[in-house]
Parts: sequence; C-alpha cells; structure tokens
Amino acid sequence: MSATTDAAKYAELDAFIESLPSNDGALIPALHHAQGIFGHLPFEVQNHIAHKLRIPSSKVYGVVTFYSFFNINPKGRYKVQVCMGTACFVRGSGKVLDEFVKELNVQPGATSNDGMWSIDGLRCVGACGLAPVVTVNGKVYGRVEVKDVHGIIYESLAKGE
Amino acid sequence: MSNYRLQVLICGGTGCVSSGCLDVQEALIESLRKHGLYEETKVIKVGCFGFCEQGPIMKVYPDNTFYVRVKAEDCAEIVEEHLLKGRPVDRLFFKEPSTGERYSHHRDMPFYQSQVRVALKLCGVVDPENIEDYIAVDGYDALAKAVTEMTPMQIIDTIKASGLRGRGGAGFPTGVKWETAHNAKSDKKYVICNADEGDPGAFMDRSIMEGDPHSVIEAMTLAAYAIGADEGVVYIRAEYPLAVNRLEIAIGQAREYGLLGKNIFGTDFSFDISVSLGAGAFVCGEETALINSVQGQRGEPSLKPPFPAQVGLWKKPTVINNVETLANIPQIINKGADWFQSIGAPGNSGTKVFALAGKINNVGLVEVPMGIKVSDIIYKIGGGIRGGKKFKAMQTGGPSGGCISDENIDVEVTFENLQKVGSMMGSGGMIVMDEDDCMVDIAKFYLDFTVEESCGKCTPCRIGNKRLFEILGRISEGKGKLSDLDELRDLGVIIKDSSLCGLGQTAPNPVLSTIKFFAEEYRAHVEDRKCPSGVCKGLLRYVIIPEKCIACTLCKRVCPTECIIGEPKVTHVIDQERCIKCGACESKCPKRAIVRG
Repeated sequence: MSATTDAAKYAELDAFIESLPSNDGALIPALHHAQGIFGHLPFEVQNHIAHKLRIPSSKVYGVVTFYSFFNINPKGRYKVQVCMGTACFVRGSGKVLDEFVKELNVQPGATSNDGMWSIDGLRCVGACGLAPVVTVNGKVYGRVEVKDVHGIIYESLAKGE
Repeated sequence: MSNYRLQVLICGGTGCVSSGCLDVQEALIESLRKHGLYEETKVIKVGCFGFCEQGPIMKVYPDNTFYVRVKAEDCAEIVEEHLLKGRPVDRLFFKEPSTGERYSHHRDMPFYQSQVRVALKLCGVVDPENIEDYIAVDGYDALAKAVTEMTPMQIIDTIKASGLRGRGGAGFPTGVKWETAHNAKSDKKYVICNADEGDPGAFMDRSIMEGDPHSVIEAMTLAAYAIGADEGVVYIRAEYPLAVNRLEIAIGQAREYGLLGKNIFGTDFSFDISVSLGAGAFVCGEETALINSVQGQRGEPSLKPPFPAQVGLWKKPTVINNVETLANIPQIINKGADWFQSIGAPGNSGTKVFALAGKINNVGLVEVPMGIKVSDIIYKIGGGIRGGKKFKAMQTGGPSGGCISDENIDVEVTFENLQKVGSMMGSGGMIVMDEDDCMVDIAKFYLDFTVEESCGKCTPCRIGNKRLFEILGRISEGKGKLSDLDELRDLGVIIKDSSLCGLGQTAPNPVLSTIKFFAEEYRAHVEDRKCPSGVCKGLLRYVIIPEKCIACTLCKRVCPTECIIGEPKVTHVIDQERCIKCGACESKCPKRAIVRG
C-alpha cells in the first residue's frame, strides 16, 4: 500500500470500488480492501463506503460488526494471535493465551493503551501439526508452551519494525 | 520434466510453511548451485503430503525417499550425501514413535498404509502453481470428455450412480442436488464452491486448494455444464491467504488455456469463476448464510425450502458443493461410477479426508475408505496416543459433532454410524483427547465457540446456547447442581428441535454426547465438586503429599501468593484459602510431591 495521506487512501479505495463490475455484492470486497488500506474500519471509512455504494451506513455497520475479520478499532503495532482451534486448545493454547494476557496486560480483543500490542484468539489457522500455534505480525511460532511466551515477546520487540 | 535427473519435492502447505519449508527450499537451491546440480535437479514446491506433524517434508525422486522435519541446515548434507553420492541421510527418515523403526519410503509407513487417496490424490504430487503438471496427469480430461461426448444428464446419472455424498458434513447425495438444479427452469444458474472451512481443527479443504486447486476448478466447470450454469463463485475464508493465492493463480492459468471462459473446448459452453472472500463467520458455511454473504450482506441463514438448488444466489438456481466433494468428481467422470462404488462401504461409497489432530502421535491429513474403524484410524494411522497416555475420546464434527468414547471406538466410519453413536461426520475434524482432558471443559469450549458464532437471528440458538454455556460454566466452577444435568439435556434437545439452521440444530451436540458418555465425570463435578482430570480451575486443589515432601522450600519460594506454609525440614502445606491454582509449585517440585487433588 503506497498511499500515505488520507486523501490518497480514499482515492485508492474509490478506484477499487469503481473497478468492481457492479455494486451488487460489492460491500464485503470493499471492506476487505479498505481494511487493507486503513488497517481498520473507523466510522468515517464506513460512511464513505456507504455513500459510495449508495447503501445506508447502518447496513455497512451491520456487516462490519457481523464478521470477526473486520475491526472498528486499530490493532496494535504488534499483533499477537493465539490459535484457539480445537487442536491447539487441547494442547494448551488457552494457557498460552492467558500468559500473553498476563505478560502484556492486554485483554483478548483489545489493544494496549500505547498502541503497541493487541491480542486476539484466532479460529484455527490450520497448522494443527504445530499446535499450539501463535502468530505475531504473521510470523508463526509452533508448539508454543507457557514458558516460551516471554521469549516470543522479546524476540518480536528486538526485531522492531 | 524428463530432462531432469533428479526431482526434489518440498511440501508447501500452510503447516510446512509455518515450520519453515521456504527456508529449506532456499538452502537446498543454494547447495544445489554450489555443487553444480541445480541444472539437473527440479525443485518443486508441492501441496500437502498430509503428515503435518513431521513437517517440513521433502521427497526425493527417482528413489522416492521421504525426509521429515527437514531444516535449512540439513540441506547441505542431503545434497552432498544423497544427491551427489547416492547415500540417503538416514537420520532424517521418519521414526515410528511406537516401534522406533525408521522408514525411508512413505508407502511402508503405517501412517500411509491404510490410506486410500482419491480427493488428495494429487496433493504432494503436482506443482499447484503449474497447470501443465495437472494436465500431465490427465487433468481436465474429464472436462474434455464431458463437454464433447456426454450430455448433462449423463454426467448427473454418473454422479448419482457413484453414490457420492456431500463431504461438507450433511452427506446429501451430490447427484440429486445437481439434478434438482438441472431441472429448475431459469435464464441464469450458479455453481458455488463452499470453501468456508470453519470447523476449528479441520484443514482438508485448505490443503486441497493449496495442493491441487485445478481439480476443484475442473469439478466446478463439470457441475456448471451439468446444470447449465455460466458463472461460478468460490467462497473461501480470508484466513487462508495461501489457498486464496493458489486458487487465483490456478483460475488465471485455466483462463489462459481456454479451460475457463467462452466456448470451452470449442463448444457453446461458457463458464467462468470468481473468488469471494469470507470475513470470519462460522455460520457462513451454511448454504443460505453463505449466499447472503456472497451478496454482501450479514451472513444470516434463511428458511429452507426453497433450497438453493431452486432459489439460490441472486434468487437463481445454485448448486453449492464443498471442496472435498468437488475434488472427487473429475476422477468419477474419468474412471466411472463403478470404480467409485468399489471403494468404501455400502451407501457410503468413496473415501473421507480427516484432519487428525490433538493428543495423537501422527497429526496430519488422512484419507481413508468409508467404513474404516475409528480404532484403526487412531492406532494404525495415528500411531496411538501421545506420551503413552490413555485414550479418552475422539471428537468428530467440530462444534456440531460429538465425542466418541472408548466403548464405541470400534465403530465403522459412515455418515449413519457416527450419528448413531451421538456424533457426526461433519467436515472431517478428528480431535483425539486423552485422560488429561476434561469433557465438561471440552463441551464448554465448543459452546463458547457456538455462542460467539451464533448469528443471533433465531431465539433458541441465540439465547438457548448462551444458557447452556452458563450452566456449564457453573458446573466447572464447582457451583453446579444435580438438576443442572437434566436441564442441560432438556434445553439441548429443545435448541436442536427449534433452531433455524444447521448451526443451532447441532450446537448442543457436544454437550449432549459428553453428558451421555461421560455422565460419571459430570456427576463428579457437581456431587463431589471434583474435576477428575484436574482441568477445571474452580475445582482444582493442589495438595502436598507429606510422605514425598522433602521440605526443600522450592515451592514456597516460587508461590506468588505466599500460601505455602513450611520451612526447611518441616513438611510443607498449601493454604487452600489463599491458593490461586497457578500451578507454579507443581512444576517446581523436584520430587513431584505436589499433585492435583
């Protein structure tokens, strides 16, 4: 995503929406694309899409809140995702999640006040052979135990951005 | 392909990518270059071999050597020893955990021996990003034969005769579905591939799309020809970026080769496919909810009938098939209905892919003929329970299914049999649990999932499941009553009977099946206020066995609430009032004198 200013971001979104063959069924692809550009879907972006597709913003809000993939609030700079699929759960991912919550002092689904960390429980990434699985900004850690949590946090920080 | 002396296949499925196969590929190519072998060796990133536990997996042809858990550092040795000098690297062979025997070829491994690969036939064989590979193994032959030699009704009759049933879970006969859509009169029809694999712990559809996307595309095109559709949609989870990417590449290649688009094989038949991304809602695996989601709405289900085959996407007749179902179809057209009927059990022809995971030695994707015993899957293919623990239950069908207990372990896997023992086929997740798993906790885990994923449209599912979850919570905290067990049963049955869609109608299954087969465990929670597996924190007590305690104060020093009383040479005691059950003492004790009681 090369767009940096807000105006450029909206222009990129508009170009995408206009490239779609029709407005029918365009809402979810538009939201996916918008989240890719903005990182999350604040009300201004939702209203913009509603206006563009000529549908009520209540409908856009209804769709955004229905699907877990869409976020209204920004995620942290470091996104910790703990797989809560069954295979990971029976191999102890619940305890791993608790440990992250304790170490980072952030609740699942929330973002820390300084905007650095967010933690989410994820629905199965399908790497069940590596259970329990944790991802930080897309990097996958497999067979994670409670004692590894501290190291993962520091490794992420050390790599920085 | 024959210009190469050697071929090295590296698994490129999500599991192996996560365990570092991309680094392995890079290191391998570097080593090959160093030794001047790069020109005569073809390195192919293929789809899932199925043995995810042992990833990244590498296979070397022509001698068909099977390496497991290959690391980037191993590549130099593989190239120098094996590829150059012809001496396979023994230490990277798979070692069977139960016997300690090492295997150099996958076909000798017990994990593969009982498997029959139909839907996964080409996974780990072809390069998923190269259509030529697929065409070289008779890919798109079935489509060519169908559109040039067969009538749509002949195709439908073949599928009906094969006895193929939907692999997404419900087991509805695929041919009948196609026939309904074929007979529906309309100017426009659709084919949808349901790739919204939401069952946590199931990943067969993802592996097929990552490993063999063209078979799905070919099958959708066959379906379109059979029912008279000209537009197709693959509805796929956004959580599967690799599968989305490979599918898009495959669709692009098929278009380039004229296998999608206008006038396919020079006939009047035209068909094209688009990809529609899901956005993280389990209920969208339900057909009507999926249609609403493709239409850009909230993924809430609608009342059936009318069925999608009559009134579907944009109110037009629509066939919706699951990925695994589709993957069987080209082979049925090529080899005939009788061939498919010869595999599996009566009324349940063919195979089923299961994602075997949990407390089992050989985690991975297995494809077995229908009618195989559950015990064979666990012990022959799965290699038994991890760490020599005792088998407790096998959960099938995900949040809609139930647990198969020890007493039913010899049940033969068919749609009907699994239902008889209180579970279901589902999409194919198989999670093995051992003695350390608490069944109340497992039921609670699934209910937590359904409560969150319930779309909220109908009351029994929205409120009923929440109440079930609360009762389970009470039981696991040690505040349960005996009457709670009856209430769980009654409420569960009511929710099943009165919910709108498949999600609500099956959501109480994990509770009902565990309460039936593990009644003792539930009673222990409410009557004795004990969790026999030591999982439920509210019922957990850590106690020090005085005979074993050597009074070393290690536990005392690690306790965050300072609730351990004792000093050197005085046997320690835990003050239950202040204990927060963190388990720190248990893991610190050198004599294992601290136990959950």
